[in-house]
Amino acid sequence: MKEDLLALVPELALLAAAVAGLLTGSWLPRRRQWIVAALAAAACVTGVGATAGASGRARTVFSGTFAVDTATHAGRLIVLLSLLLVCGMSAARMRRDRREAEYYVLLLLTGAGALAMIGAADLLMLFAGYLLASVPAYALAGFAKDDAGTEAALKYYLMGALLGTVMLAGVAALYGAGHATLYAVLRTGLPAAPHALVAAGLVAVLAGLLFKAGGVPAHFWVPDVADGATAPIAAYVTTLPKIGALIAAHRFLHQALPSGVDWPLLVAVLAAASMTLGNLAAFFQTSVKRLLAYSAISQVGYLLMAVAVATRSDLARPALLFYLAAYALTNLGAFAVVAALPRARAIADYRGLARHRPGLAAVLVVCLLGLVGTPPTGVFLGKLGVFSAAMDGGYAWLAVLAVVNTVASLFYYLRWLTPLFRPAPLSPRIGWRSWPAGVAYVAGTLSLALGVAGGAVLPFLQGRDFR
Amino acid sequence: MLSVIVFLPLVACAALLLVRLRDRTYIQVWIAVAAADLLLVLVAWLGFRTGGGLQYEQRLRWIPGAGVSYHVGVDGLSLPLVALTCLLFLAVAVHSLGEERRVRSYVCLFLFLQTVCLGLFAAQDLILFFVFFDLSIVGMFFVIAGWGHGERGRAAALKFFLYTFVGSLALLLGFIGLYLAATPHTFDLVELTRADPLAGRGAYGALVLLAVGVGLAVKTPTVPFHTWLPPAHTEAPAAGSAILAGILLKMGTYGLVRIAMPLLPASWRDYALVFIVVGAVSAVYGALVALAQTDFKRMIAYTSVNHMGYVVLAAGAAGVLAGTDAGARALAVTGAVTQMVSHGLITGALFLIAGVLHDRGATYEMDAYSGLAGPSPRLAAATGVAAFASLGIPGFSGFIAEFQIFTGSLASQAVATAVAVTGIVITAALFLRALRGMFLGPVRLPSSVGANGFRDLATAETLSIVPLLALALVIGVAPRLLLDVVEPASRVLVGLVSR
Repeated sequence: MKEDLLALVPELALLAAAVAGLLTGSWLPRRRQWIVAALAAAACVTGVGATAGASGRARTVFSGTFAVDTATHAGRLIVLLSLLLVCGMSAARMRRDRREAEYYVLLLLTGAGALAMIGAADLLMLFAGYLLASVPAYALAGFAKDDAGTEAALKYYLMGALLGTVMLAGVAALYGAGHATLYAVLRTGLPAAPHALVAAGLVAVLAGLLFKAGGVPAHFWVPDVADGATAPIAAYVTTLPKIGALIAAHRFLHQALPSGVDWPLLVAVLAAASMTLGNLAAFFQTSVKRLLAYSAISQVGYLLMAVAVATRSDLARPALLFYLAAYALTNLGAFAVVAALPRARAIADYRGLARHRPGLAAVLVVCLLGLVGTPPTGVFLGKLGVFSAAMDGGYAWLAVLAVVNTVASLFYYLRWLTPLFRPAPLSPRIGWRSWPAGVAYVAGTLSLALGVAGGAVLPFLQGRDFR
Repeated sequence: MLSVIVFLPLVACAALLLVRLRDRTYIQVWIAVAAADLLLVLVAWLGFRTGGGLQYEQRLRWIPGAGVSYHVGVDGLSLPLVALTCLLFLAVAVHSLGEERRVRSYVCLFLFLQTVCLGLFAAQDLILFFVFFDLSIVGMFFVIAGWGHGERGRAAALKFFLYTFVGSLALLLGFIGLYLAATPHTFDLVELTRADPLAGRGAYGALVLLAVGVGLAVKTPTVPFHTWLPPAHTEAPAAGSAILAGILLKMGTYGLVRIAMPLLPASWRDYALVFIVVGAVSAVYGALVALAQTDFKRMIAYTSVNHMGYVVLAAGAAGVLAGTDAGARALAVTGAVTQMVSHGLITGALFLIAGVLHDRGATYEMDAYSGLAGPSPRLAAATGVAAFASLGIPGFSGFIAEFQIFTGSLASQAVATAVAVTGIVITAALFLRALRGMFLGPVRLPSSVGANGFRDLATAETLSIVPLLALALVIGVAPRLLLDVVEPASRVLVGLVSR
């Protein structure tokens, strides 16, 4: 059964909901457009259910172009749950918006793109996923049609178009070198190919993936988009594409490249650059969304550590998947707090939050300390796994650098946290939205629960993957 | 049983978050919980078989995939510290009866900290240890930032967090190094102790010891990692300082005897001299800098560096096999553990006394006070007793501890011990000078003291400070109560180090 549609239920659910949403959205009156949002949520839930019920057997479908294995299952769950949380965050803002239906359709499409990247076991499939994940996201970045949003969308688009072309060139180069686009065939074909061609193709494909992940040196769009777009979209662009890109990068490096190519060092250097530059740039940010954006860049660095040792340590893949899950929940929790207080844009606006909104302040404490990697949050276990993998894979220097960066990152997270506890009258400018606040509670609780109950989750990530 | 002791305060904390009570009721509940916890520990102590190794053990699967389990237990090294934690938190709770600022958060934070401290001393798994180690930093950060002295308090809290966080992450790297060396990979302390995974791994073991050593040295703190300590203490509220000095500093030295020594015996023996030198230098340097202070609280903070220096010296001396026998090394380790308990009691009391001073005169400057023995005889008596106990006068626990440390270390490390002993002389000088300046002579008070003069110790203050000093006296007069528990564990530890 090579053309097994049942294996792709989550992807198909998102696509079907997108098409159905577009059609029904065109005919529904504005006050009933919430039906499209409900449709999107239903599609996510269907996908989660299908993934949970799927068998753990690793295999490929559609002539080997799409792998269904542990990484795919885990990636799907993370993406779909994140998408659900993003939809929840958006609900208050988009309700009765003129283009409410379009918004959710675009979200569904880019979510489907992320899922396609996760499972891709073929370079063309990977690139198709890249486009599907990117193009709707450009539109979402500028969805508010204000100056900041338009600039963000333009920057995002130009960067994406440039690196997409580079990636396509890389795909072509690897095709030329290995005479195939399937990972499994490339693996046997590449050793005989000219070394320079393989190296060029590898770097070009990685460039595209780094753009989606928001890692150095393809990170320039992240702060502008996060700052210019609305908070739910900022949460989206710093979370979902990253999940797709990093699992795709892991699969590509792990399965397509023969062991002779020395890519681990390249990825390790990229990881080091990403965590260091992201942290340094975050130091003196005053806008909370920009701060979270730079923090997202530095987090890519930690995640890339696990990718760098993908073939050198058995600990790498479970660590990557667990870190992605924990990071997604924690990052979404922090952005949900930002979305719940729409008019609090600067760190100073959060003064006195602990007194007036103790619940949100608690979520922010959990999420920001979680991003640092304080136990017992999920990211702590993720970091523990990633550091262990890096040391196991012979990159102890990278683990040391990551520790130094973790300490440095504490500084800017604390810069945001300390004003929460200062006495101050509640600023009337701060605003309040209940839906994102609900999402914040859920995400914060889950991020904590993932750390405490990590033992229940980890065994599922350690299954074999297709190779 | 042990898990109940550890998590009882956290449960109380969660319950208090849910209900709304009068401010004073929160503190009364806190006192009740702390007293109940202390009672449970006493029951556990009575049921403890001396020389029976690890007891009240409990092991549950937590994250089997990563070699982590929820594993707790106490032995002769940790049971005294568990008891000290409960006692000191009870004292702090009683002392806080006058607290008026954001009482609910304050009480919840301290209950949380108590669970964290108890959990750390009970932990038999490296990750569990690390979790509590890190959370203690978070908890104390909020205590200093939230209830410290204004803007400088927040700056000191940030410095404290950054410094000790560096230490904790260095520790984490060391733990990962141990984890990767063991087959099968595990973080379990008992299994790692048995396996001794780094035996014969030369440089690898040295690097792991470096990471673990730096992590613990920052927390202890020893020279040169001690610079976070004075501002943190000066700016923290009295209750926070007492816990920070009494319990949190012990986490560093406890880590030495619980993790660094038994898990890395070969590296510990190779590099024992480093710890001996660091310990001796800390002891003398801490005493000298304390001598130069004009601020009462800073002075006590630096004497902590001095006292912890003795502990590190003893731990280092226990790693030198040449020119000594197992008995002397076990004596040094017993002295180190006794010193941890003794320092917790005495310095805890001293910081609470400093809090009383600040409450009355709004300053810690020693020059601002003179002749306090007149208006406040009880305060003068308590301070006098605490100061003499702290400088190691016979009859108090400090003497027992320091006597054992020096006797145990002298055999192999005559020079270092001789250097460290000068610390006692300096401490004696500085405490006597402080006592004379503040309590004797004509009465002089800071201008901020109101018309009703300088109030003596209130009942709650007396009830919190005196029991700590009384216990220090009991241990000083009848040390067997404590030593019977500690000594068998010390002998086991010395055996592990020399394998």
